[in-house]
Amino acid sequence: MADYKIHLLVCGGTGCKSSESQILAEHLRNEIGNQGLKDYAQVVGTGCFGFCEKGPIVKIIPDNTFYTQVKPEDAKEIVEEHIVKGRKVSRLLYKDPKTEKIITDSKGMEFYKKQVRIALRNCGVIDPENIEEYIARDGYSALGKVLTSMTPEETIEIIKKSGLRGRGGAGFPTGLKWEITRQSPGKEKYVVCNADEGDPGAFMDRSILEGDPHSVIEAMAINGFCTGASNGLVYIRAEYPLAIDRLKNAIDQARHYGLLGEKIFGTDFCFDITLRYGAGAFVCGEETALIHSMEGGRGEPTMKPPFPSVKGYLGKPTNVNNVETFASVPVIINKGFEWYSSIGTEKSKGTKVFALAGKVNNVGLIEVPMGITLREVIFEIGGGIKNGKKFKGVQIGGPSGGCLTHKHLDVPIDYESLVAAGAMMGSGGMIIMDEDDCMVDVAKYFLDFTVDESCGKCTPCRVGNKRMHELLVNITKGNGTKDDIDRLMNLGNVIRDTSLCMLGQSAPNPVLSIIDNFREEYEAHIAEKKCPSGVCKALMIYEIVPENCVGCTACARACPVGAITGERKEIHRIDPSLCIKCGACMDRCKFNAVIVN
Amino acid sequence: MEMVKLTIDNKQVEVPRGTTIYKAAKLVGVEIPVLCYMDLKDLNIEHKPGGCRVCVVEVEGRRNLAPSCSTEVTEGMVVKTHSIRVLNARRTVLELLLSDHPKECLTCAKSGNCDLQNMAIKMGIREIHNEDIAEMSTYRMDTSPAIIRDLNKCIMCRRCETMCNDFQTVGALSAINRGFMSVVAPAFEMDLEDSVCTYCGQCVAVCPTGALTEVDHTRQLIRDLANPSKTVIVQTAPAVRAALGEMFDLPAGTLVTGKMVAALRRLGFKYVFDTDFSADLTIMEEGTELLDRLSRHLSGDKNVKLPILTSCCPGWVNFFESQFIDMLEIPSTARSPQQMFGSIAKTYFADKISVKRKDLVVVSIMPCLAKKYECTRDEFKVDGNPDVDYSVSTRELAHLIKQANIEFHSLPEEEFDNPLGESTGAGVIFGATGGVIEAAVRTAYELFTKKKLEKVDFMELRGMDGIREATIDFNGLPVKIGIAHGLGNARKLLEDIRSGKSSYHAIEIMACPGGCIGGGGQPLHHGNIEILKQRTAAIYREDASKPIRKSHENPYIVKLYEEFLGKPMSEKSHKLLHTHYVDKSKKIIYI
Amino acid sequence: MSRIKVELKKKDVDTIREICKSFDNQPGELINVLHKTQHTFGYLPAEVQEVVAKELSVPVAKVYGVVTFYSFFSMIPKGKHPISICTGTACYVRGAENVLAEFKKTLKIEVGETTADGKFSISCLRCVGACGLAPVVMVGEKTYGRVSPEMVKDILKEYDE
Repeated sequence: MADYKIHLLVCGGTGCKSSESQILAEHLRNEIGNQGLKDYAQVVGTGCFGFCEKGPIVKIIPDNTFYTQVKPEDAKEIVEEHIVKGRKVSRLLYKDPKTEKIITDSKGMEFYKKQVRIALRNCGVIDPENIEEYIARDGYSALGKVLTSMTPEETIEIIKKSGLRGRGGAGFPTGLKWEITRQSPGKEKYVVCNADEGDPGAFMDRSILEGDPHSVIEAMAINGFCTGASNGLVYIRAEYPLAIDRLKNAIDQARHYGLLGEKIFGTDFCFDITLRYGAGAFVCGEETALIHSMEGGRGEPTMKPPFPSVKGYLGKPTNVNNVETFASVPVIINKGFEWYSSIGTEKSKGTKVFALAGKVNNVGLIEVPMGITLREVIFEIGGGIKNGKKFKGVQIGGPSGGCLTHKHLDVPIDYESLVAAGAMMGSGGMIIMDEDDCMVDVAKYFLDFTVDESCGKCTPCRVGNKRMHELLVNITKGNGTKDDIDRLMNLGNVIRDTSLCMLGQSAPNPVLSIIDNFREEYEAHIAEKKCPSGVCKALMIYEIVPENCVGCTACARACPVGAITGERKEIHRIDPSLCIKCGACMDRCKFNAVIVN
Repeated sequence: MEMVKLTIDNKQVEVPRGTTIYKAAKLVGVEIPVLCYMDLKDLNIEHKPGGCRVCVVEVEGRRNLAPSCSTEVTEGMVVKTHSIRVLNARRTVLELLLSDHPKECLTCAKSGNCDLQNMAIKMGIREIHNEDIAEMSTYRMDTSPAIIRDLNKCIMCRRCETMCNDFQTVGALSAINRGFMSVVAPAFEMDLEDSVCTYCGQCVAVCPTGALTEVDHTRQLIRDLANPSKTVIVQTAPAVRAALGEMFDLPAGTLVTGKMVAALRRLGFKYVFDTDFSADLTIMEEGTELLDRLSRHLSGDKNVKLPILTSCCPGWVNFFESQFIDMLEIPSTARSPQQMFGSIAKTYFADKISVKRKDLVVVSIMPCLAKKYECTRDEFKVDGNPDVDYSVSTRELAHLIKQANIEFHSLPEEEFDNPLGESTGAGVIFGATGGVIEAAVRTAYELFTKKKLEKVDFMELRGMDGIREATIDFNGLPVKIGIAHGLGNARKLLEDIRSGKSSYHAIEIMACPGGCIGGGGQPLHHGNIEILKQRTAAIYREDASKPIRKSHENPYIVKLYEEFLGKPMSEKSHKLLHTHYVDKSKKIIYI
Repeated sequence: MSRIKVELKKKDVDTIREICKSFDNQPGELINVLHKTQHTFGYLPAEVQEVVAKELSVPVAKVYGVVTFYSFFSMIPKGKHPISICTGTACYVRGAENVLAEFKKTLKIEVGETTADGKFSISCLRCVGACGLAPVVMVGEKTYGRVSPEMVKDILKEYDE
């Protein structure tokens, strides 16, 4: 990057790309060309900055100017004002929602202040399609170091001492897994990168693959060296076309540079990577299911043991790690385990990436040190709740996780504390709910997901989750009975206790944790037949406030089922037995006379 | 062998490393209930998908419950198989299965013989919670000529899938869909009849519920028996007599030939005949064909195809007709004993008793479901009238006997009628794997060498190994014989033939494990393969007790050739006793 | 199940055979083969699965078992403009349900169906990863962010011919 004085980093992640960031980059290039600044400023398409809420993002280096929600037509102004005249375009700068202050340097943004970006170190910094940029930031130096000056055992020891644990959800110590795979007898072994990210609302792995694919490739090669594998496979969701393209491109480049293939770094080590595509089955994130899927079968989990490290792909020892885990490896080798293990808590070292979503101001991708509290994440990094509403709950760990509440805001984020609080780390989905969200409905939503994604192999998951879902639907329809909560808890506990794989075992978590933390909402639905948040349609009653009604008949004409009666200039009435709760009357009324109870 | 010590329900036990909790518990008298698990020891099939979760147990220090069928023991493990936690979980899981299962027990074909029902009884399930809002997974009913699929009753144990794919390698069935709607079905949920199904019935034999059952012909039979204008005669396959007793609580391996004959007579059959007779006839035809091909081969005829493959088993015939269509020339053209019997009964015998073909009803009692299909084949019909009208399974016969208020145990031992009831020991061993080829050897040896065979027991041809081979000395000519039971084993032999690696002269193939004694129409073995061994032993006992043990010495067979057929492979024999095979493989059609 | 009968042309069969061959006719490559085949034909009708099964020497029941396991594979042709509504959590809490309902109401089809004229089909996606733009709808390759039920008609209008 040395030749240019100014770099314009344009986010090319899926979120910003959806908002025409590619066209924007094109426009910026054209404008720079028009101004004759081709040798002075360079436009770089990068991976995700994480701040998806305000995309597309353009960041200007070296002064760290952070432009948000930039449109293609803004390109001219940015180049003419900022690049040519050195004046920042203030209307595009980020404004802190709390202080209303305009922030000129991204380092001053609350969103970034508490983040420690290790797995995401290169995302939003380098051009993921250019291996040179990765190499310029110490890329492949860890692989070189390991291959030329270390033994597999020494390398594994570093990973073990670093305290790195699997970031896919379960938190198994990574170094130990590598060691088991290494010690498993067999000439042929495999390294598998699990990129079948399927949590609804989570996109950590995708962002890493889009923004920094080489870090994963490098780590897989290191793993191959450590375990004795010469074949790597990335199992990636077919729904991630951009990540697939970038990964393919990166693999080609790495091969071209001799960093994959035969005799890497002049040693005897050979390693190459091929891609396998997922086909839309959440359960394939479970490693045995993933392996069956890679073998061309139905992605049904099988009993462990045997663990993949002993008997995996094609029956051979197979080391399966997820994207984020791999992405952390090269830095650990380069900076040492002491550095990595100094971050985080006693049992949970390093950082964790979360996809922050839901009713929070700063939706996006964040990486935080283990041990940070939920409060810091939601109210500082996340900028608090949208539209000044009240915080109600946070679902951590996606459909396998639990829903935490006010009283957990000061819980430190680490594997053990989250489990103790009734949630789990999961792969990194973090959904914030506000006062408008009905927790029974949220539980139903997550269960709906697991019912849909259950593979059907074992009874508790196949039938049990379905039965729980039916109970929840019944409750949200106002037909719940007082025994339902006990029934849900018994079913939930048995499903947890008896399901074959983690998908089934964790499926009841949202329901059970919501019973724990929001029992009164269940009770309101059951005993009072009321949805306190006004989400469950069947429990709503539309009424006309007589004082506000002018008898304009607009509502009656809008009603698709003729449930509203009343003569012109007289007060109208809604017949609740006919009303289908579509809300058309409310939309139509200009006098706020229609209300929902 | 490394041993592991553990405690199960406070009992100490020491077992080899690698043993599962389920098996270890058995050793100390703890019978953990299982549903999807199935251990077919001698067939090398241990089906333990860990799917039903009924067998879960509590292991101290473990976060969740462990499926005992697939969890291996570890040193010092402490297992509880009936703690409150376990019982509640097991009960809840079972209740979940029942919540997605039709409550048709009273009218279900499997009632009284259903593993799910038994489990519900054992666990004392008295209600199913929230039944009113519980959706059921429902599927279309599928009735083929032999097998009925009522998948509403499927509990996803996947035993059928294992039998169809791993053991039989037929590949007609696979798990389809996902989650609550997952079920086992043929491709595109097509009718079984349109699939590559061979009707071997091994799926039915292992199905724990009423999801897979046989097509029931008993009502038709009762009607025909009551029809004064019909003469109803019956033939009984060799394997039936070795298993029927089990349906009346007799120990496996009890021979009930005489009682069976008596029962059939009391049911109202005009003549009670024996398929063993036509088994002898099969040997005459098939043995002659073998010798013919063999001698042509020896004299250097390059056109002759060897090995010759037996063709008595209709499941096996269906298998090669759909999966080995390039080899339709290799199997013997001899019809199966069931069909030979029908053909002779409706010609030779009908003439003898002066009954018109259309008024003669030929029923077969078979251990087999593919036989139900076989009698519907067009090749075995004359002007639309089938040689064998329909086939009834061993299980159906037992139900009929019970319906007719016949107290089986007190029945006298009676003899088959003549002429189609007389048989030799060679005919009866058709019921066990290796038996057909042993019977053929007994006859072929004497016809080929023109010498008397002193020792008729060929122990080298018997046993339960999936693929066996033996070389029999035909007076200086070593005749190489192969035997396979189970279509997966047959596939291996066929692939060797296809690739030119095979050096056999003759091969016997039976679709079912153990041969007909393990057929899809037999009393359910519920996974206990020992039962098959006992049935086999009974078959060989019957053989040993017969005064005549070579087919060509059966006086009625001799007479049949003298009076009617002429000689084996005569023109008449060809017309009545041989068949041809058709290509049933599904062709890819494009325009 | 009801299904559409498809008549394959010889060149289609050859195409499928080529695809299988490009994966060395390995049964283990079944999913990759299906991906490529679906990419070529737009969907995976029974007839196509039969050819794949034959080429890879896999029972066709197994191929069907795999096709019905994964939500990415479809046996029904998608519309000319396939509409995918993200129902990931972020989109859900920001009202994706209502957007979906509006599409269903306007096009008079259910999820997984195609309009009679073959123009539109509706499917649901689990998180496209543009959670900042929730709720998100994709029509073909184009992404629409912050979609409200009111926008549905205008979105559809863009595809008028």
